[in-house]
Amino acid sequence: MTEKPTMIAFQDVHKYYGDYHALRGITATIRAGEFFSLLGPSGCGKTTLLRTIAGFEGISSGAVMIDERNMAGVPANQRPTNMVFQSYAIFPHLTVGENVGFGLRRAGLSKPELATRVGEALEMVGLKGYGDRAAHALSGGQRQRVALARALILKPKVLLLDEPLSALDKKMREQMQVELIRLQRQVGITFILVTHDQEEALVMSDRIAVMFEGEITQLADPETLYRRPNSRKVANFIGTMNFLPAMILAEGAGKIEVEAKGFGKLTLDAEQAPGGGQASAEGAAIGFRPETLTILFDGQTASDRETMAVIEEVVYFGDMTYYDVKLDGCDAPVRISMRNVFGRPVLDIGTRTRVAWSPGALVLFR
Amino acid sequence: MKGGWFKVYAIGYLVFLYAPIILLPMFAFNDATIIAFPLTGFSTRWFEEMLDKPALTIAVKNSLFIAVTASILSTTLGIFAARASTRYQFPMKAGLMGLIMLPLVLPEIIVAVSLLVVLLGLGVSLSLWTVILGHVLICTPFCIAILSSAFQSLDQSLEEAAYDLGETAASTFRLIILPLVMPGIISSLLISFTISLDEFIIAFFLAGTEPTLPVYIFSQFRFPQAVPVIMALGTVLVVLSIVLLTIAEYFRRRGIAKSGGKDTGGFL
Amino acid sequence: MGQSRWAKLRQTEGANGLLMISPPAVYAILLLAAPLGTIILYSFLTDGYLEIIRTFTFANYIEAWTNDLYRSVMVRSLGVAMTVTAVTVFLAFPIAYFVSFHVAPSKKSLWLFLITIPFWTSYLIRVFLWKVILGYNGVVNSGLIGIGVIDQPLDFILYNVNSVVITLAHAYAPFAILPIFVALEKIDRSLLEAGQDLGESKFMTFLRVTLPLAMPGVIASVLIVFIPTIGDYVTPQLVGGPEGRMVANLIQLQYLKLDNYPMGSAIAVSAMVIVTIVSLIFVGLNRRYLRGGKR
Repeated sequence: MTEKPTMIAFQDVHKYYGDYHALRGITATIRAGEFFSLLGPSGCGKTTLLRTIAGFEGISSGAVMIDERNMAGVPANQRPTNMVFQSYAIFPHLTVGENVGFGLRRAGLSKPELATRVGEALEMVGLKGYGDRAAHALSGGQRQRVALARALILKPKVLLLDEPLSALDKKMREQMQVELIRLQRQVGITFILVTHDQEEALVMSDRIAVMFEGEITQLADPETLYRRPNSRKVANFIGTMNFLPAMILAEGAGKIEVEAKGFGKLTLDAEQAPGGGQASAEGAAIGFRPETLTILFDGQTASDRETMAVIEEVVYFGDMTYYDVKLDGCDAPVRISMRNVFGRPVLDIGTRTRVAWSPGALVLFR
Repeated sequence: MKGGWFKVYAIGYLVFLYAPIILLPMFAFNDATIIAFPLTGFSTRWFEEMLDKPALTIAVKNSLFIAVTASILSTTLGIFAARASTRYQFPMKAGLMGLIMLPLVLPEIIVAVSLLVVLLGLGVSLSLWTVILGHVLICTPFCIAILSSAFQSLDQSLEEAAYDLGETAASTFRLIILPLVMPGIISSLLISFTISLDEFIIAFFLAGTEPTLPVYIFSQFRFPQAVPVIMALGTVLVVLSIVLLTIAEYFRRRGIAKSGGKDTGGFL
Repeated sequence: MGQSRWAKLRQTEGANGLLMISPPAVYAILLLAAPLGTIILYSFLTDGYLEIIRTFTFANYIEAWTNDLYRSVMVRSLGVAMTVTAVTVFLAFPIAYFVSFHVAPSKKSLWLFLITIPFWTSYLIRVFLWKVILGYNGVVNSGLIGIGVIDQPLDFILYNVNSVVITLAHAYAPFAILPIFVALEKIDRSLLEAGQDLGESKFMTFLRVTLPLAMPGVIASVLIVFIPTIGDYVTPQLVGGPEGRMVANLIQLQYLKLDNYPMGSAIAVSAMVIVTIVSLIFVGLNRRYLRGGKR
């Protein structure tokens, strides 16, 4: 993949509210034309960071650059960004068309030009012919589209989306996710999405910054985040991760030798310890996703390594079954998820079974 | 029927509430000078006499001038206070807001005497303007109560959205905030106008030689022969206020329909 | 350095807020705080017929609280205001309950409209009409004589405390209904169903669920009725007669008739203190209820 030019650069951005340190030295770049997500639990500073780009939030120190220009002293109404608000902020006293055309008031367009631009914007979001409707009569999904059209009509360099899907029901949310991706490809500008929904971030983003307590803990593409989380916090926030206590025996030459409960002695690539060399207070652990372990049914042979386990709990999900199992030589249960392929039985509690695993799927946390 | 006894009670209560108002037209159209039963005969002469009283005309003009001025001033002050209290945190907020809202929990006579003492002490001669000073003081808290709820229901991201779309703080106020709080401003104007128009004790203390309508009415109660005219006047005032309230209610509902809110009922 | 204008606005939010509040605040300081300070000051001075004697004294307060006339007027004012408040709020609660729970939502505004209309007619004229209703030849007396219940007009219903109570209870009725109504409207109806689901009768559900939740509204009504009634001037003046006079009439007398500003101020300040104490008691009760109401 060729490196795209930088659209937004945070340079050691700090933000204080009185004594509260909301942003703690954010340094990151967001590329042009990228679908970028700020992901984290509530209160982690992701919305604050988004609002420093929009210009609604000042910063205490550092710099926010948009398209190589320092935004210090540039008010929100003069920045090349537009925002889709969490509440959508549709002006209730205006029609849909007036809402969408709101930002063009100062552009000095003639009436027919304005109508054309508004019409185009509405068509882009799938609301063709809604221009004369009263804004307050719209459904949640329609409001969302109006907010998008209103922001995109100004052809901003960056579109900021503050939890835009959180007010929608599940079905509508999934539909809008697909549409947002389509829209981003169509207009080709940078989208920055704030969300606390890890699934949403994984589905939609080119890259994701995971934030905790005012810091970016990891910034990577979705696959890296999922497969190689650099900390227990990130691993727990994105999907489910099993942890087993481990001991580092030796390391060097790009290899790390580890002994883990239930797995025995292993040799991992240095790449499997993305968290770097800092040891944590909890001690080292091996982490793996539930789907990277497989229960072996009669007659199956393992392509990888194999160990024995006892099933302690079974949770049936229709397309999936979750098993909590105890690996031999390890007291802590681990979770395994199995796809319910046709003909495959659901095992009972207490069954002793073989389990296959692959050293390449493991992640080492120090 | 569900709530049957409640309904009987409620209707009885309404009769109690309306008793004096039902009597008003009875005596206004009664031929007799004495306000007592039995009624003697239909007449419109009190209404004719009413139009013929120059002192009454002056009092009405004074009251209208005071009420219009006081309602505009108190609504303006109310906009500042409501905006400040709903949108900003600032030092001494509770104390300052408490002081501004104080007349709500202060007997009016105390507002009246304290203002009187200070104005006389400063050598200010009593006039319609001194009444306006007092009325603005007691109307502003009501305006703030109404306007605060209007400003409160204003989603702050609406302002930010307008700003984000290129508007300035001033044009955001004009294009977004003002239209959305307009129903609140109109209610505020109407309520402060009504309060000022009906206020007696402050006007009584501070009006000097220029009577307002309530001061005039009060003075007429001393003369039994003048009372039927007051009944006629009262009838006119009741009709006017019902018309005014109906108009206000109509605009309130239209405002709600326009901004898509739900009608939660109640003029106050 | 490194700050947007919006950021600067934000950082000086306090300054902006103060700037925004300053017009009404300055107005209230000059025309409310300063005058109130002045009458408090006056209340410690002595009236010297043509001028105020500038020596500090408690004499006015001692006089106001020991003189039988003054004290009886203040006690009466407190008594009348409390009676009016109790009667008004007690009578208002069922109305608020009826409108909130038994009236169809679409008709609620009509009911509120009907309840508030009488309040929008001239207060003076309404008070005067009670004089007509309760008077010697008034509606009540002529009605009762007409149907033969009495043969002599009742004279205990006008120009005394009773008539003051009736008139004030009428005047402040809408004020009592609205806060209770608002509190009742806020009650989640499923709470009542939960109450009955858990085995309480309708009446016990009312006592254990509805009434406590409506309490803040009731206390707001109490305050909203009590404060203006204790300082009311017009009603005692018009229908109270000599034995129905209240504290406002006394203050007016001291200021405008006797020209004794220090004495008038001492009575006014005393009245304010009484109002404040009673209000604080009720606000305290309200706080307790609110705290109890939080989950």
